[in-house]
Amino acid sequence: MGIELPSLNFGALLPVIIVILTSVMVLIFDLALSDKRPLGWISFVGLMFAGGAGWIQQSMEGFDPAFQNMAITDGYTHFFNLIFVVGAGLSVLVALGYLGKKGLQGGEYYAMLLLATSGMMIMAAGTDLMIIFLGLELMSISLYVLAAINRYSRASLEAGIKYFLLGAFASAFFLYGIALIYGASGSTNLNGIGEGLKAVPKGYEALPLFGLGLLIIGFSFKIAAVPFHWWTPDVYHGAPTSVTAFMSVGAKAAGFAALIRVLTVSFGFDGSMFADNWHVAVATLAVLTMTLGNLTALAQNDVKRMLAYSSIAHAGYVLVGVVTGTEQGISAALFYLMAYAFMNIGAFAVISVLEQQDAIGTNLEEYAGLAGHHRVLAMLMAIFMLSLMGFPMLGGFWGKVYVFLAAIEAGWIVLAIIAVLNSGIAAYYYLRVIVHMYMSPVSDQSHAINLNSAMQVALGLAAFGTILLGVMPARIMDLAASSGLFG
Amino acid sequence: MEHIPTTWYLLLAAILFSIGAGGVLIRRNTLVIFMCVEMMMNAANLTFVAFAREFGSTTGQVFVFMVMTVAAVEVAIGLAILVELYRHVKSVNIDSFDSLKG
Repeated sequence: MGIELPSLNFGALLPVIIVILTSVMVLIFDLALSDKRPLGWISFVGLMFAGGAGWIQQSMEGFDPAFQNMAITDGYTHFFNLIFVVGAGLSVLVALGYLGKKGLQGGEYYAMLLLATSGMMIMAAGTDLMIIFLGLELMSISLYVLAAINRYSRASLEAGIKYFLLGAFASAFFLYGIALIYGASGSTNLNGIGEGLKAVPKGYEALPLFGLGLLIIGFSFKIAAVPFHWWTPDVYHGAPTSVTAFMSVGAKAAGFAALIRVLTVSFGFDGSMFADNWHVAVATLAVLTMTLGNLTALAQNDVKRMLAYSSIAHAGYVLVGVVTGTEQGISAALFYLMAYAFMNIGAFAVISVLEQQDAIGTNLEEYAGLAGHHRVLAMLMAIFMLSLMGFPMLGGFWGKVYVFLAAIEAGWIVLAIIAVLNSGIAAYYYLRVIVHMYMSPVSDQSHAINLNSAMQVALGLAAFGTILLGVMPARIMDLAASSGLFG
Repeated sequence: MEHIPTTWYLLLAAILFSIGAGGVLIRRNTLVIFMCVEMMMNAANLTFVAFAREFGSTTGQVFVFMVMTVAAVEVAIGLAILVELYRHVKSVNIDSFDSLKG
């Protein structure tokens, strides 16, 4: 009598496997090489291969669920894999240009970055809360290490411990939420939960509803939504800038990837009280997140910290797309995350060029008259700031337009108005940076700026992506719309 | 032998979870906060096992093994960061980790 082996369908998860193998390779080569920079290039090439594998998968027919219904490779997974490859690839280039200056160049940095990327990909592909939890932890634990990787800097270690404590706290909420949902529906599979919840008798909805609330709290920590955002400014400020760039884009996108899939697949079915409840809850989160993020950002004089608050506000805009729960709204949120990956990493790359030592050189004063002594860098920063602000013909603009239109079409008019008002407020602090760069006299302490080749490539690609998404948004929007989450 | 109803286990888990969450918010010693987070995770584990027994399914039990592994990894990383930070600050009180403000 033979044992029938379950079909695992490794092919469906090829990009994840490539990323993990690359990180193992980086660790092995780390032992042999004394110059660590090639490790960064190996990581970059590995990520490109993962992106290529995703590209090939996309052209193929649909995939069967992998690992016994634990993960699925659909258009949605493809799109998020693309975001993660873009985010991680740009971050590797930024790190290559930045770590040397800090004396942090090492194999473990790139290995951890790749492991975090694989965790993000697993979160986007997971169709079972068990896998989503494991992906979340793989990503988070790697990011704790990355945030604290500069162990000679007190700020970096403090950022690491704060991120760790609040991340673990959030994971516990997330886990308890899963346990309660499992108790109510008898399953941890997303489709199984949806089926199980339909059978919950009237009057017994409190248990799954409480579980859903805890789950949303857990995700809110990861995407830095108000009121679960307190860790964000400190962690983004204290962590090495190349890590902040990666964290602000990748972890946020991964949190949204899993959040959207869970909400629409398990709790999205029509006419249920769950759908009504999470729509209201997420709308509240969106309003709080946008408003508080923007208002606090106004008061910041440190550009790195200001961008931390701005990243909170951007999570609010994406949440507006999620609230709708319609295909249009979700595609808009996906597009927004893609545009955000380019412009935000670009902005942090400029900061990392200007930064000198520990959190010095990130003050707004340092940007005074930057246009006078480094025209190209000032122009790039201006592009990223304008795109984050939502200036027409740049990527960030179309992200906002798509999200707001989707909200209006789905009947969330008040929410859309609040969002538009918020992007008006935000214009002030983004323009302030540009005004400082172009209209203030050059500051005395301006120092030589050296841009190495990796940083030049990173800045170039980020600016190219930002402009490309602004000039021809339709192509990426089609890709996002074909994500197939709605069958 | 007397049969203990599942509700009791769930109630105990809820109490443990609340104590853990309260501890994280109130206690100032980082090591105690680690322990409180562990308690929250174990409360979730107890819930999983109680439901798994109720349903007669293994999913919940398998989940617990995953959680225990993850919790161990998490503590290893957390303690490593804390040891490094201790070299700078000479304290494990979270109120002394205050160099980031704004």
